[in-house]
Amino acid sequence: MEILVCVRRVPDTAENEIELNRAGNDIERDDLVYSINEWDNYAVEEALQIVAKAGGNVTVVTIGSDEDEEVLRREMAMGANQGVLITDDAFNGSDGKGLATILKAFVQKGKYDLILTGVQAEDGSAQVGGMLASLLDYPFASLVNSIEVLDGKKLKISREIAGGNREMNEIDLPCVLSIQTGINEPRYVGMRGIRQVASLEIPTYGASDLGIDEGLVGVGAAKVQRSDYFVPALGKGAEMLHGSREENIENLIGLLKAKGGLK
Amino acid sequence: MARIFAYIEHKGGVADDSAAELAAAARKIDPAASPTAIVTGWGADLDTVCNSLKASYTEVWKIANEALAYPNGELVRKALAKVVPHGSLVLVAHDHFGVDLAPGLAIKLDAAFVSDAVAIEGLDGAFLKVVRQEFGGQMSTHVRCDISSGAVINVRPGSFKPIDSAPVNGAVTDKSPEVGVLTSGRRYVGTVVADAGDVDISKETVLVSIGRGIQEKDNVAIAEELADAMGAAVSCSRPVVDAKWLEKSRQVGSSGQTVKPKVYMACGISGSFQHLAGLKGNPFIVAINKNPKAPIFQVADVGIVDDLLEFLPELTSKIRELK
Repeated sequence: MEILVCVRRVPDTAENEIELNRAGNDIERDDLVYSINEWDNYAVEEALQIVAKAGGNVTVVTIGSDEDEEVLRREMAMGANQGVLITDDAFNGSDGKGLATILKAFVQKGKYDLILTGVQAEDGSAQVGGMLASLLDYPFASLVNSIEVLDGKKLKISREIAGGNREMNEIDLPCVLSIQTGINEPRYVGMRGIRQVASLEIPTYGASDLGIDEGLVGVGAAKVQRSDYFVPALGKGAEMLHGSREENIENLIGLLKAKGGLK
Repeated sequence: MARIFAYIEHKGGVADDSAAELAAAARKIDPAASPTAIVTGWGADLDTVCNSLKASYTEVWKIANEALAYPNGELVRKALAKVVPHGSLVLVAHDHFGVDLAPGLAIKLDAAFVSDAVAIEGLDGAFLKVVRQEFGGQMSTHVRCDISSGAVINVRPGSFKPIDSAPVNGAVTDKSPEVGVLTSGRRYVGTVVADAGDVDISKETVLVSIGRGIQEKDNVAIAEELADAMGAAVSCSRPVVDAKWLEKSRQVGSSGQTVKPKVYMACGISGSFQHLAGLKGNPFIVAINKNPKAPIFQVADVGIVDDLLEFLPELTSKIRELK
C-alpha cells in the first residue's frame, strides 16, 4: 500500500507559553519550541504499522519552508521512506482550501492508496483532510482511532464519537482519513535516528512543478483570513493563590473543606 | 442577505442542544435572520424532530432517505450539496459529526469554511467577523470570512446562548425528492459502545483529575494518593488516556465521560473545550498548572501556578496530618 501522510511543524503548546507579540498582530515567535504536530505523528506511526503488515511505502509531505524539513527528517527517522517539501512564496497566506488545493495537486502527481492527516493542527480547524478528500472525490473519515486493512481495496475503520463510543465503517480505497491521537503508541525517535537520515535528499516542489494555478492559492485566494490575535477574555477567571506553597496548601485545604472536597 | 441554514443533529426523535444554539448564532450574523433548519434522517423519528423544530424555526427542510437513517457524514454531505442553494450560509455544530461533514461540504458548495467559531461579531460588507481560538485555547483570533459565495461555519457547542422567544409555528418542507439515490465509498456498519470501567467517575462527587502535566505513568500514583487522602476518585484528560496511563473510562470530556462532581481538582490539565464539555453541574474547580497561560485558569474558581509533582504530594501529606 502506498501511503501519503500530510504533516506540519507547529509551536509545541505543551512546551511553550503562547504570548502576544509587541505589535499585537501575531504570537511571539522568538524562542518558541517547534515540533511535529502531535496528531500527525500518530498518523505517521499508523502508516508505518500498516505497511509493516501489508507492505508498501510511506511518504511524508509538508507545505512550508526550509525550516520545516526538520519534521520531515524526524518522521523519516521513525521509518517513513520518503519526505517531500512543498514550498513556494505563492503559497504564503493560504487558507484551508488553499492548502488542500496544493496537496491535491501533489497527490495527483503520484499514486497513493491511502492519505492520512492529523485530525487538526495548532489552529484547531480540523479542515484540510476533509477538504482534500472532497477536492479529490475520495471517501473521507475524520477522528479515526483504528484501522484494519480488509483487502487491497478497502479498510475497516472506527471513528471516535461521543461518550467514548466508536462508529465502525468500511471505506473504499483510495481514501483520506484524519487520525485521532491515541490510535497507537508512536515510536521513540532518538538523536541517533535523526542523524542517520540527516543527509538524505528531500525533494522540493513549487507551484509550477505541481501545475498549480497561483490564482487558487495563497493570500489572494484566501476567503478566510486571520486579522489579529488577542488574549482570550478571562471569563470570571480563577482567584489565583499567590502565596508560598505552604500558604497555598493551607488556603486550598480550607476551601476544599468548605466546598465538600474532603471526606 | 444570504439565506442561513442550520443543520440539526438529532437522536431518538430529539434534536441536539445545538439546534437552539445555531439559531442564536444565526442572529449574531444578522439580528433579523430567520434561519431554516435542515434535518436529515428516516422514519418516524425524523418527523418527530421536524415537528418539534417548528416552534423555533419558521422553516424546516426535511430530507427523508433510508440511506440517512444513520447520520453518515459522507451521505449527509451529498444530500446537502444537492439542496442548499449557492451562496447560502450553513451553520453546523463543531462536534464529531460536524468535523466529518463540514470541511468537504464547503468544497462542494464552493463556499468559505470557518471552523469552531466561538463568537460571531456580525457583518462588515461581504465579510463576516468571527472569533476563534488557537493553540489549545491559549490565544484567540479574529477571522474575516468572505461570504460572497456562501460559507459553512462550524459553531462550538455551548458558545451561543439559546434565545428565548415565542413559538413561531413554522412549516415543514419536504425536500426529499430533490436528493435521489445516495451512495458513498464509506459505509456505516455499527457502533461499539465504550467499556464501563472499574470506577464510574460520572457518579463521583470529588475528582482528582490529571492531564499531560503528570508527565509519566509512574506519577499517576501521586494523584491516586491524593485522591485516597481526600476520599476522591481519579479521572483524567485525553493525553493521559492516549498515553495509556489510565483507562478510557477515566477520561472526562466530549469523547469520554460527562461528570458532575461538587469539587474538581484539575491537575496539569490545560483545559481544552473538549475536556470542559464533559464537566457539568457547575463544580468548584481548582486548577493547578505550571503554565500561568493555561486556559483552565479562565474557568477555574481557584488557581495555583506550581509544579504539581511537588505540590500534590505536599498537599496529600498535609491532608493526612489533619486527619
